[in-house]
Amino acid sequence: MPNPSEVKQKNKSNRLKYIMEFISEKLFLICALISVLSLFLIIGFVFFKGSNPFIADGYSFIDFIFGSDWIPSEDKYGIFPMIVASIYATIGALVIGVPIGLLTAIFLSEIAPKPIAKIISPAVQLLAGIPSVLYGVFGLAIIVPFLQNNLGLVKGQSLIAVILVLAIMMLPTIVTVAETAIRAVPKTYREGSLALGASPIGTIFKVVVPAAKSGIMAAIVLGLGRAIGETMAVILVAGNSLIIPTSITDSVRPLTTNIALEMGYAYGTHQEMLFATGIVLFSFILILNFVLAKISSKGGK
Amino acid sequence: MLKLRKWKSILLLMSLTLILTACNGGEEDEGQASSGNGSTISISGSTSVGPLAEKLAAKYMESANVNIEINQIGSSAGITNAINGVSDIGMSSRSLESGEEEEVSPTIIAFDGIVVVTHANNKVKDLTMDEVKKIFTGEITNWKEVGGKDMEIVVVSREDGSGSRDAFQEIVDYSSGELVRNSIIASGNGNIKTTVATNEHAIGFISFEYIDETISTVHINGVEPTAKNVIEGKYPLSRPFLFVHKDLSEESQAFIDFILSEAGQEIAAEAGAIPITEE
Repeated sequence: MPNPSEVKQKNKSNRLKYIMEFISEKLFLICALISVLSLFLIIGFVFFKGSNPFIADGYSFIDFIFGSDWIPSEDKYGIFPMIVASIYATIGALVIGVPIGLLTAIFLSEIAPKPIAKIISPAVQLLAGIPSVLYGVFGLAIIVPFLQNNLGLVKGQSLIAVILVLAIMMLPTIVTVAETAIRAVPKTYREGSLALGASPIGTIFKVVVPAAKSGIMAAIVLGLGRAIGETMAVILVAGNSLIIPTSITDSVRPLTTNIALEMGYAYGTHQEMLFATGIVLFSFILILNFVLAKISSKGGK
Repeated sequence: MLKLRKWKSILLLMSLTLILTACNGGEEDEGQASSGNGSTISISGSTSVGPLAEKLAAKYMESANVNIEINQIGSSAGITNAINGVSDIGMSSRSLESGEEEEVSPTIIAFDGIVVVTHANNKVKDLTMDEVKKIFTGEITNWKEVGGKDMEIVVVSREDGSGSRDAFQEIVDYSSGELVRNSIIASGNGNIKTTVATNEHAIGFISFEYIDETISTVHINGVEPTAKNVIEGKYPLSRPFLFVHKDLSEESQAFIDFILSEAGQEIAAEAGAIPITEE
């Protein structure tokens, strides 16, 4: 027979253990809820502020999206030029950034000798850690004067400057995600292909890359998200003109820049319209995330 | 399967960060009071008045036991802060609008001149007010039309809502809708200066305080942009610098009294603003 006091002691320590367990579980839950809560708070706030002019003040949402005049002091709010600018800038950055990023990822995971990969890999990751405003300063100090002096543009602040800066900025995202995807392709695929007499490069493009397709697509979509949401770097090199760009040398104002540029001075309807710009931007990001979710669920099959 | 799960969690994490980062371009810092020795006066507002206020505050804090915090966030935001009581004093480089007049009262602390600036190599040194208007509204698009080299003009302007831009447009007499569409929009005086200093085609406008040798200043109707010419009423591009406030605390009142005193106005003159005493 165990001593009764000993049993009591054991029960007590057990109870303490359960309480600790309970508390830590709840603590984790609270931490998890904080991020979800802040997400909903931000969405709620942006949508509440941004939808106000259309619901309460009777502005037309269609005119807002497709209007080409943004003159807050004259009560004209049309963001079509900015939507176009955002889309052009993102597509342009993709055209330059994706091939470079993808080839870098392939090089790092398949071709590069270890010592070289050891230098390039951290360099790429470090690129991701540079604050975006520094990219902007770099663009303003190097790319803009270069475009002005060497390509003879009237002004260096242009769509092409934005595209170049964004392409550099999306590189680390594309490279790291694509590299992980390519590395995840089973070794047997490569061995099988090589054993059948395919060249190493043939193996990479015909076997490895197709096998890592969904991961690579995810890399591209993530890069896209980075490009479309970027603000600080863009504001310095875009020129922020309110025109629908007809050439890559035109200066442009993407959606993000419009918000950051005018929020400091805006009040009343003008401010609410900037939040509405945020809603449009948010919709873009949501669509991207939806596409991303589709891609990654497909990858599971 | 495990890899996939890892993948998914990474992606989820990244997309969440993405959503969060994409949304935080929103609100700017608002003036916040901090506790220190003595009492604190919080001031926020115009980026044009800011540098002057900083210099006045630095001088004032040498003798008085107060802590003055200055946030340069733009005229409208500064006025809003003064109305909400977030800041004790708001700085404005534009006159108050009808809704604001009932809430806060203005004190003119100095005058400012706005100067039209071009690249240091630009040979055009004199423009009429009409030419300035035609350049900023896109009627004149080449420097040769105003006596310069045969090259395109690139107009640089402040963003809509900026006090400097409002003042400039009011005096030159064109509206935001008339501003030439492909003009570069830069936020802040310093940004305009950098843009103009690095582009031979550019023309912009900044506060007197920001004038230095990196840019070339333009005479208006033959009148040089100097403090003296503003005071004598010859130079047309000038505006008042305002401190706006509700009922003032003792400390804030003392600071404003200091600014309006002879010593304060001397500092204003040194900072490139135009003192009110000589009016």
